[in-house]
Amino acid sequence: MSLRETWTEMSASPGLSPRTILTALAVLALVAVPLLAPQLQLLINLALAKGLAVLGVTVILRAGQVSFGHALFFGISAYAGAFLVTAMPGADLVLVLLAGALGAALSGVLVGLFVVRYRGIFFGMLNLAFSMIFWSILEKFYHYTGGADGIRLTRPSVLGQQLGRSEFELVLFYLALALVVGCGWFTLRWLASPAGQLFQTLKTNETRLEYLGLSPRRVLLSGYVLSAVLCGLGGSLMGMTQGVVTPEYVWWVRSAEMVFIAVLGGAGSVRGAFIGALIYEMVRIYASAFAADIWQLLLGVFLLIIILFAPGGIMGIFDRLIGRHRDGGTRA
Amino acid sequence: MNLTIFLLALFDGISYAALIFIVALGLTLIFGVMRILNVAHGSLYAIGAYATASLTAWFLALGFAPILAFPLMIVSAVLVGVLLGGPIEWLLLRRIYNKPEVLQLLVTFAVFMILEDVQRLVWGTQPYFQASALQALGNVTVFGVTYTVYQLILLPVVALVLLLGLRIFLRHTIIGKLILATTEDREAAQSIGIDADKVFLFTFIVGAILAGLGGALASPTTSILPGMGANMIVLSFAVIATAGLGQIEGAAVAALMIGLGRSYAVYLWPEVAVLVPYLIMVLVLLMRPEGLFGSPGTRKI
Repeated sequence: MSLRETWTEMSASPGLSPRTILTALAVLALVAVPLLAPQLQLLINLALAKGLAVLGVTVILRAGQVSFGHALFFGISAYAGAFLVTAMPGADLVLVLLAGALGAALSGVLVGLFVVRYRGIFFGMLNLAFSMIFWSILEKFYHYTGGADGIRLTRPSVLGQQLGRSEFELVLFYLALALVVGCGWFTLRWLASPAGQLFQTLKTNETRLEYLGLSPRRVLLSGYVLSAVLCGLGGSLMGMTQGVVTPEYVWWVRSAEMVFIAVLGGAGSVRGAFIGALIYEMVRIYASAFAADIWQLLLGVFLLIIILFAPGGIMGIFDRLIGRHRDGGTRA
Repeated sequence: MNLTIFLLALFDGISYAALIFIVALGLTLIFGVMRILNVAHGSLYAIGAYATASLTAWFLALGFAPILAFPLMIVSAVLVGVLLGGPIEWLLLRRIYNKPEVLQLLVTFAVFMILEDVQRLVWGTQPYFQASALQALGNVTVFGVTYTVYQLILLPVVALVLLLGLRIFLRHTIIGKLILATTEDREAAQSIGIDADKVFLFTFIVGAILAGLGGALASPTTSILPGMGANMIVLSFAVIATAGLGQIEGAAVAALMIGLGRSYAVYLWPEVAVLVPYLIMVLVLLMRPEGLFGSPGTRKI
C-alpha cells in the first residue's frame, strides 16, 4: 500500500517550509474557534479527540500493519476514567486523564505482548478479536459496567475547582487542542528518532532489523504501546466531552472508523490524522441528516476509492498541490 | 453435572461446531487458495440467513409445505455465492492480488462495511425468526435427552459431507486438481495453460456459497439480526487461526474444540461462554503460533 515514506512526512529541512507555516496557521485558527465560531466548538472538540485515536492507528500503519481493534484502548481508557469518577466523585480532570492513559498503556502492554508476535492478517484480526472480547465483557458484566447503557461520567473538577458546563467545555476544548499539538509533535519527533526509525523498519525490511541484533517484537511493542496511549487519550477526552461511556466505544465500527480516517487523511501521515478527523466529523454531521442509514456503506465505498485510486489520501493530494510530490515517496 | 446436562452440552456443542465449521470451511478454502482473508465472509453468512428466512416465509405464505425450506436454503446459498461472491472477486479482488496483505485486508474490510449496511437497508433492524425447517424434522430422544433432529443429525451430517466432499473434490477431480496446482504455484500453473483467473473466481464463489449455506442452515436455530455477521467473521477466524490458516481438516477439529468448549461453558460458567472461543484461540496460538495443524512458513531474506 502506498503509505508515505518517512522522509516525505518529516520536514527534514529546518526553517519554515510551507507545511510548517500551514500547520501553525491551522492551530491558530483552531485556538480562535471558541471565540469566533462557538457553534463549532463541540464538533471540533470531538474531532480532535477522534484525531488523537486516529493518530494511534496511524503510528501502527507506519510499521506496515493495520489494526481493526484499536477502539479497545479508546474504550478501556474512557471506562477507566468513568470508574474513577464513579468511585471518587469530583476527581480532578488531570487524574481522569492519567487514569485513562495508564489503563490504555497497561492493556496496550498486555495485548501487545501477544499480538506483536504476528503480522498482517493475524495482527489485524487478533486486534479485532481482543476488542470484541472486551465488548462482550462490557455487555455481559452489566453489574459493573452498566451493560449497553454504559456509565454516566459526571463532570470532573479542574485543579480543585468545580466548573460550570460552558467553562468546563472550554477547558476541555483547549486541553484537547493542547494534547493534539503535544502528541502530534511528540509522535513526529518519535518517528524521526532512532526508536521510531527502527519501528518503521518493520514495514520496509524486518529481517534487517534482526541482523542488527534487535528484537522486532520489542520494537513493535514500543510503537504499539504508544499507539494504545494515543487512542486512550482520545477515548478519555471523548468520554468527558460526551459525559457518558457505552460499549459502543469499543465496537468494531469505531475501530473501522479510525482506520478509515487514517487512510483518508493519508495513511501514515501525522497531520493527515487530524485533518482527516476534522473533515470526517464535518461531513458526518451534515451528511447524517440524510445519509444516516447508509453511512457505513458510504465509508466503505470511499475507502475502496481511496485505496484503489488515491492511495496517498488527503495529504497525498495536498503534497501534489504544493509540489512536494517525490517519486520515491510512494510505494506500490 | 449430571448425565442429562452433560449430553445437552455435548449436543449443543456438536450442532454449534457443525455450523461454524461450514462457515470457516469457506473462509479457509479462500485463504488457502488465494491467500486473502475475506473479512466480508461474515456478511455473506448473515445475508445467507436473511435470504433463507425471507424466501421461506414467502413460499410458506403461498401455501407450500415447510419441507420446501431445505431446497430454499441451497438456493439462497448459491444466490449469495454467485450474485455477491462473483462480483466481489471479479470487480475488486482481481485488482489487488499483487498488493501487500494489509491493503487486501482493507479492501475486504471495506466490502464488509458496505454489505453490513446493505443488509440493514434490505431487511431492517428487526430480528427475523423462521424455524419451519427445524420443526419439520421433529425431535429425537437419546438417553432420555430430547433434541431436534435438525441440530443433532442434519447439521453434523451436512458438515461431514462437505468436509469429505471437498476433500474428494480437491484431490480426485480435474477442477480440484487445477485449484491445487494454482495454489501450489500460480505462474507455473498458468504456463501450462491453466486459467488462474477462472480458478480464483470459481474458488471464491464456492467459498462464498459455503458462507451463505452456513447462514442458511443457521437461520432456523437462531434469531437473525444485525451484527451477526461481525460476530461470525471473528468466530470463524478464531476457528481457522486455531487450526492453522488454510487447513481444511484442521478446521473441523478446531470447530469441535471451540463448539464444545463454548457449550460446556454455557452450563458451567455462563458469563464467560462468549469468551471461550477466543480463550481457546489465544491459548493455542501462544503455544503454536502457526495454529494446531499449520507449519511455520519459510521466510524470504
